[in-house]
Amino acid sequence: MTIKELIEKTGWKLATPTLDTSAEIVGAYCGDLLSWVMGNGEPQQAWITVQVHANVIAVALLREFSCIIVADGANVTEEFAAKAAAEELVVLESGLPVFESAKKLVELGI
Amino acid sequence: MESILHKEYTVVQDDYVNAGKVSSDIKSTLAEIGISPKVIRKIAVASYESEINLIIHAWGGKVFMDVNDDGSVALVFKDPGPGIPDLEKALTPGWSTASEKARGMGFGAGMGLPNIQRVSDEFNIESSPAGTTLSLLFRSPV
Repeated sequence: MTIKELIEKTGWKLATPTLDTSAEIVGAYCGDLLSWVMGNGEPQQAWITVQVHANVIAVALLREFSCIIVADGANVTEEFAAKAAAEELVVLESGLPVFESAKKLVELGI
Repeated sequence: MESILHKEYTVVQDDYVNAGKVSSDIKSTLAEIGISPKVIRKIAVASYESEINLIIHAWGGKVFMDVNDDGSVALVFKDPGPGIPDLEKALTPGWSTASEKARGMGFGAGMGLPNIQRVSDEFNIESSPAGTTLSLLFRSPV
């Protein structure tokens, strides 16, 4: 499933509206401890987290995630969204807890 | 084995804003010269963790990258201190001495050095109060 299709099916907010959303999502990783994410994430996954700061963007790019899904209403600042957009990293906001966000992905077959 | 490409970087203590920039440059440099994506992914994990260590644990430091004529990539991370008092503990998964500030950002999981060790083909670390030198080698698949 592409990021675009995920947004259409969930109504989750796209915090980086200027970016292309045609990238494929292959699985997902949930976590907020960056070394665990760095050590266990896989390319093309969606990363579900409540961490919102510049280092999250660095980890996501190095790990080649397809997008970040910010869960639990963690505050996506304009600065964060702008930096992610500049680095071409798609950021979504699910507005749901981490578990509910992950469950939604499973229901949609990701 | 001879170096065919050499790059050096400086990492500044507590510079969380630029954390990952060195690793990102290493990654794109290696991609440009055609190192395999699988090896680059391992290098990205190791370089990011090591770069973060220079920022949150050391007083900053230097990073040296060499691509060798056999396709292997050597990374050296050298800092001026304060040194790792107990290397064995530092290499134990889950052990961390990270500050509250660093933990608040999701660092300090105690997985940095174990992650680096796991993805490297050669791993060597020497530490004293005068500084720590971490030397890593990544071989390219034949």
